[in-house]
Amino acid sequence: MYQFLYNLIGNGIIAGFIVAVIPLGVILLYALFAIWLERKVSAHMQDRLGPMRTGWHGWLQTIADMIKMLQKEDITANDVDKILFNIAPVLVFTGSFAAFAAIPFSSKLIGSEVEVGIFFVIAISSLVVAGILMAGWSSNNKYSLLGAMRSVAQIVSYEIPTALVVLSMVMLTGTLSLDKMSQMQTAYFWNWNILGGPHFGLAKFLLIPFMIVGFIIIYISTLAEVNRTPFDIPEAESELVAGYFTEYAGMKWGMFMVTEYANMLAVSGIVAILFFGGYQSPFGYFGNLIGVQWLIPFEQGFWFLAKGITFVFVQMWLRWTLPRLRVDQLMTVCWKYLIPYALVNLIIIGIISLL
Amino acid sequence: MQLKTDTMILNMGPQHPSTHGVLRLELELDGELILNVKPHIGYLHRCFEKHAEVMQYNQIIPYTDRMDYLSSMGNNFGYVITVEKLLGIQVPERVEYIRVIMAELQRIASHLVALGTNGLDIGAFTPFLFLFRDREKILSLFEMTCGARLLYNYMWVGGLSHDIHPDFQRLTKEFINYFRPTIKELNNLLSFNQIFIERTANVGVLPLDTAISYGVTGPSLRGSGAAFDVRREDPYSVYNRFEYDIPVGQGIAGTVGDCWDRYYVRVLEMEQSLRIIEQAIDQIPEGNVQSAIPKRIKPPKGMVYGRVENPRGELGYFIISDGNTNPFRVKVRGPSFVNLEVLGELCKGHLVADVIAILGSIDIVLGEVDR
Repeated sequence: MYQFLYNLIGNGIIAGFIVAVIPLGVILLYALFAIWLERKVSAHMQDRLGPMRTGWHGWLQTIADMIKMLQKEDITANDVDKILFNIAPVLVFTGSFAAFAAIPFSSKLIGSEVEVGIFFVIAISSLVVAGILMAGWSSNNKYSLLGAMRSVAQIVSYEIPTALVVLSMVMLTGTLSLDKMSQMQTAYFWNWNILGGPHFGLAKFLLIPFMIVGFIIIYISTLAEVNRTPFDIPEAESELVAGYFTEYAGMKWGMFMVTEYANMLAVSGIVAILFFGGYQSPFGYFGNLIGVQWLIPFEQGFWFLAKGITFVFVQMWLRWTLPRLRVDQLMTVCWKYLIPYALVNLIIIGIISLL
Repeated sequence: MQLKTDTMILNMGPQHPSTHGVLRLELELDGELILNVKPHIGYLHRCFEKHAEVMQYNQIIPYTDRMDYLSSMGNNFGYVITVEKLLGIQVPERVEYIRVIMAELQRIASHLVALGTNGLDIGAFTPFLFLFRDREKILSLFEMTCGARLLYNYMWVGGLSHDIHPDFQRLTKEFINYFRPTIKELNNLLSFNQIFIERTANVGVLPLDTAISYGVTGPSLRGSGAAFDVRREDPYSVYNRFEYDIPVGQGIAGTVGDCWDRYYVRVLEMEQSLRIIEQAIDQIPEGNVQSAIPKRIKPPKGMVYGRVENPRGELGYFIISDGNTNPFRVKVRGPSFVNLEVLGELCKGHLVADVIAILGSIDIVLGEVDR
C-alpha cells in the first residue's frame, strides 16, 4: 500500500499519512457501526427495540452520542495525577490502533507490510496494558485501581495461551507475516487453516481436530484480552462501577469506548487470519469470474470485514447471554486449562506438521 | 522476605450500581480479600414508625406500601390482619381469597426482581430483562385491579379498596399458563448456567444454626434447610385451605445454604405460589369486599403482634393501642433489616465480587431496612 502510494505521489510523508489515515477511517466507521450493532443485538436479545428515533432503526445514534461526548465538559478530578491521567486514554487508543497497521484488510490494503506482522501485533497490544495501569493508578480511585489491577493480571495471563496458539500456527505456516498467512489459504474454504490448511493429504485430516481446539482456545483468550463477558471483570459494572475508566468523562471516556470496539475487531481479525483465511473469499472471486481484476481487492476487504464482524457479533452474543466469572476463576481457566491445552496442542501440531 | 502490607478500606455505596439502593458497605480489604464488612444503613429513613403514631389506623396503610416497595401487597396484608386481630373483626371470604391471590402474585413479582438482580449483579443482563418482562404482566393485573403499579394501598382494614375486575380471573389463569414455561426458560438461561453455578455455589454459605441465631427468615433461612414458613407455622387468612410445598435448599449445586440455594429456593417458591393461585382463583366466593370495613377504627386498649410471610421473610407488626383513633406505637419487624445483619458473617474471607453475589442472594430492599 505504502509502496504503491509512494510511487504514485512521490512523497514519503504524504503517502505515509494517507496509509495511516485509511485504516483509521475504517476503524472509526467500524466503531460507530459496532456500537450501534451492540445496542441493537442486546436489545433484540432482550425483547427490546433499542435506539429507534435517530435515523432508520437508530443508525445515527452513535454519531449523536459522539457529538454529545465531544461537547461534554472534560472533568478532571483534583487529586488525579494529571499527566498520566491524560496520557492513558491516548496510549490505550494508540496501542489498539497501531495493531491495525500490520493487519491486512485486503491484499492491497495493508498499513505496513512488516514480515513479523503477528509478532508486531502481539507486542504493540501490550502497550494497552501500560495505558490501563496508568489510567487506574492516576485516577486515585480505589475502584479504578482494583479494575486496573484485575485488567493487567488478566491481559498478561491470557497473552500466554494466545501466543501459544499463534506459535502453533506460525509453525504450521512457516511465516510470521499476516499477509502471507492469508495468501496461503487462498481459493476455497477447505483451504482455510481451520480445515487443515491448503495441502491435501493425511496431515490435513489429522490437523482438523487440533485446529478446532486451537481456535477455541484463542477465541476464549481473545475474549479475555478485550475484556468481554464472561471475562469482563476489569470493568464489571456491578462490582467496580466502571473499572479503570470510572473517573473519565467526555471524549476521554469515548476513547476507551472506541478502543474497546477497535480491539474487538483487531482480535477477531487475527482469529480470522489465523484460522479462517483472512481476507480470502470462501468460494472464489466474482472479479475472476467476470474478468475484472480490480474488483478482487474490494471483495477481499468485504470478506475480511464480514469475517471480523461475525466474530464480533459472537462476542456480543456471548456478552448478553453469560454471567461473568470471578477473578480467581478467571485465572484458573487460564492457567489450569487453556495454557496446558494450548501447550499440548502446540506439540501435537508440531509433530503433525513434521509428517 | 515478608513485606509489610496494609489493609484498604473501600466504601461500597451508597451510590453504587449493585447495593440494591442506598446501602453503604464499608469493606476492609486485603487486596481483593474481604476481612470485614460493616453495613451502614439509614440513608432512606423516613420515620415510618414515628409517623404511624400520629396517623389514624387506616391512614397508615399507604405508608406500609413504601417500606418494602417490591411487595406492597404483602406489607398491606400484614398490617391489615394485625389491625383486624386487634379489632376482632371477621372479613368476608371473598376478601380473604382475593388477598391471598394478590399476595402470591406479589410474591412472584418480588422474586422475579430478586432473581433478576441477583443475576444482574453477577453479570447476566439478559435474564434480568426477561424477568422484568414477566413481572410487567403481574403489574398489569394489579393495575387493572386497583389502578396502581407499585404502591397499591389495596388492602384496607376489613376489606379491599376495589373489587377485582370481571376479567381478572381469566387473565390470571392466562398468566399462569404463560409463566410456567418461562420458569423453565429461566432455569436454562441462568439457574443451571455453569458460570452462574461457579459464582454462587459454595459462596456465602449460611449454616442453619447461624441463620437461626441471627433470626434470618424467608428464602434465606429456607435456603439453609429449615422449612420455616409463616404461612405454614402460623396460618393466617385462608392459607391452611391450600396445598403447597415449602421448598428448602438441598445443596444441589454446592453446600446447603450457599447463594445458589437461596437463589433456587426462590425459583421453586414461584412455582408453589402459582399452585396456590391456581387453587384459589376458582374458589373465590361471591360477596361484597367492603361490607366489613369499620366506619371508625377505634380499637380497645391492648397490644397485638401479627405476622405474614413476605417474599423476603417474616414481616411482623407489633401494634400497641391506647384506645385512641391512632396507635400508641407501631413496631415493624422487617425481614430485610434482620436478614441484612448476617451479611458480615457471610462475606468474611470472600472476594469483592462475592459480596455482590451474597448481597443479591440475601435480597434486601432498603426501603424496609431503613423504613
